[in-house]
Amino acid sequence: MQTLRRIPTWISTLLVALFLFVFVYVANANGWITPYVYNVIQLAGISAISALGLNLIYGFNGQFSLGHIGFYAIGAYSSALITKEFTSRWSGTQFSALSWIIAGILGVILVILVIKRLRFDQIKKWLNSTLGELKGFERWILISLILLVIAAVIIVLGVAASWVLQKGLQALFDLLIPALPEAIGKNVLMLLALLAGGSLAALVAYLVGLPLLRLNSDYFGIATLGFAIVVYTLLQNSDLVIATMKGARGMVEIPRWTNWVWVAAVLSVLVFLLRNLVYSSYGRAIVSVREDEIAAKTMGIDIVQSKTLAFAIGGFYAGIAGGLYAHLVGFLHPSTFDFVRGFDPLIIIVFGGLGSMTGTLVASALFSAIIEGLRVILPQGFEDWRFVIYPILLLIIMLLRQQGLLGTTEWGWLRAPYAPIRDVPMVSGINSVNREVA
Amino acid sequence: METAPTSAPPLLVIDNLTKLFGGLRAVSEFDIEIPEQGLYGLIGPNGAGKTTVFNMITGVYPPTEGSIMLAGTSLVGLPSHIITRKGVARTFQNIRLFQNLTVLDNVRVAYHLHVGYNLAESMTRLGRFNQQERIQSDRAQDFLAVFNLQNRRDEIAKNLPYGEQRRLEIARALATEPRVLLLDEPAAGMNPVETDNLMELIHFIRDRFNLTILLIEHQMRVVMGICEWITVMDFGQVIARGTARDIQNNDRVIEAYLGKRLVRGL
Repeated sequence: MQTLRRIPTWISTLLVALFLFVFVYVANANGWITPYVYNVIQLAGISAISALGLNLIYGFNGQFSLGHIGFYAIGAYSSALITKEFTSRWSGTQFSALSWIIAGILGVILVILVIKRLRFDQIKKWLNSTLGELKGFERWILISLILLVIAAVIIVLGVAASWVLQKGLQALFDLLIPALPEAIGKNVLMLLALLAGGSLAALVAYLVGLPLLRLNSDYFGIATLGFAIVVYTLLQNSDLVIATMKGARGMVEIPRWTNWVWVAAVLSVLVFLLRNLVYSSYGRAIVSVREDEIAAKTMGIDIVQSKTLAFAIGGFYAGIAGGLYAHLVGFLHPSTFDFVRGFDPLIIIVFGGLGSMTGTLVASALFSAIIEGLRVILPQGFEDWRFVIYPILLLIIMLLRQQGLLGTTEWGWLRAPYAPIRDVPMVSGINSVNREVA
Repeated sequence: METAPTSAPPLLVIDNLTKLFGGLRAVSEFDIEIPEQGLYGLIGPNGAGKTTVFNMITGVYPPTEGSIMLAGTSLVGLPSHIITRKGVARTFQNIRLFQNLTVLDNVRVAYHLHVGYNLAESMTRLGRFNQQERIQSDRAQDFLAVFNLQNRRDEIAKNLPYGEQRRLEIARALATEPRVLLLDEPAAGMNPVETDNLMELIHFIRDRFNLTILLIEHQMRVVMGICEWITVMDFGQVIARGTARDIQNNDRVIEAYLGKRLVRGL
């Protein structure tokens, strides 16, 4: 197959992305669009980030998850805690939330790594051989107890490590961030808050995914829905633990630092990373799990690892999107993270085409445009009819195009790169069987 | 247990392998020793438990009892992907390709266990990514060339004709760089010319890649034509083993499986 020498796809894609970025930026700066439209555009970008994460989980990895909104909520609340503390100093220092969240994540990772390295099965084997005289049930109880004690000791050590780490990190942030000029310091903190929120969401996704991803698709969907409801309920009562989260009354006074530059930059970076992942060996492993789990297993793919990887990265995307959302609206209420709202990213990826990044981007823009556009178009008093009209639109589109707007096709740089043709075959002596089969 | 006349030490040794599905003895006390580079056949009527044996070797089901040793290490209880990493690859009776991936990507997936870069390098395209990706797709294309699929590399796997799907499945299994290859009815649905080519191909890959092959097949022409040693199963039990000639003259096998007419025809 010959390819014509053409302009590399990344040039055209970059140009389109730059045009969109500059257009919205200039339009907002010159007042061509109302602040309301500007907000809607940013929301579209944020929902695209979240939906891209879900597309990796459901579209590429084939795991039907209804819990995406839970990760979105975790990212939103944790990053909001970090920046709110900085601007309103509710706990005396400005960085305790930031350092606690980072130290907590690192502590849990440490515990996971140690437990993974410990090879519990080998300890069990060793115990089995040394406890020769004990029998049956007593033996089982004793071994379980010893293993539990070991695990508990590791966890206590992990908590202690986090505690020490937190003190260090807090001192570091106290020293570094105020030393920066205000404009830079603010953006550094925003970046740290987004990354911390995203990482926390990814870690929770990993921990939730380990047991749940053993379930088959439909059961996994219901289990993740359960997760989303748990997060929602916890948020309703969050003021019992952290007063500033305000529980069911809603968290207020979050600095409104999100702007189009932030949304566009984060979206571009995350699209770049996702596209690269999908067209790498790791991405092919993820897609092969969707195609046929048993075949993937027997081709040497660790399917548990592939699924938890996709689920954690998807959770990370949702967490980052949640962080941007929190800093866009400046107010968080548990009802925003109700599981019914959790269907939005699912609608977007199915509407755009499962397994199509281009489709997700286009669909999230269209989805926001339809919902908010109808609000403008419909006459006074009929606004609520948009939740009748847009589902009907969805029904019609799904009846006409089950595969979604774009199916699995991609555009420009998001298309699969063309693997170079092998010019010199390395395997010799193949000609004896290399004749055409009738 | 009788063994085939060979001097090579056994590579795959299965002993007393048993699988119960509830009260059903799907496989009962199955044993086999396959020497390095052996080309062995497993035959028997439908439901005799042949595919169950394959599923136990590759870790799809855990055996109820018995041992499976590959070059001295036990495979029992290991997850499938680890067994593949230790050098056992297989194809499936009902073709299990990654249907919506391209032909090239189907083979490249099998190369994931040799992936030479980490996740961060894959997401940023830095470090070893480009070099390793190049190696991966070059090797994958070599395997496609062996199976005469190099001109199909960008097609979606499910659009290939049946015979090519069968060959792609073998190519994909070989890309994991196995020592033992398990073929589950490779000639099913093939016409006589395709079958002849397949027999030649199996011989070729055995020699070219130093493979030890165990195959399940219903086409007696294939089994009798290429297998050095044949094991016959019926109702989960081994009822006979020996060379093609022994099997054709074995009364129990004729009664249970071959039938008198076929043997006369061979």
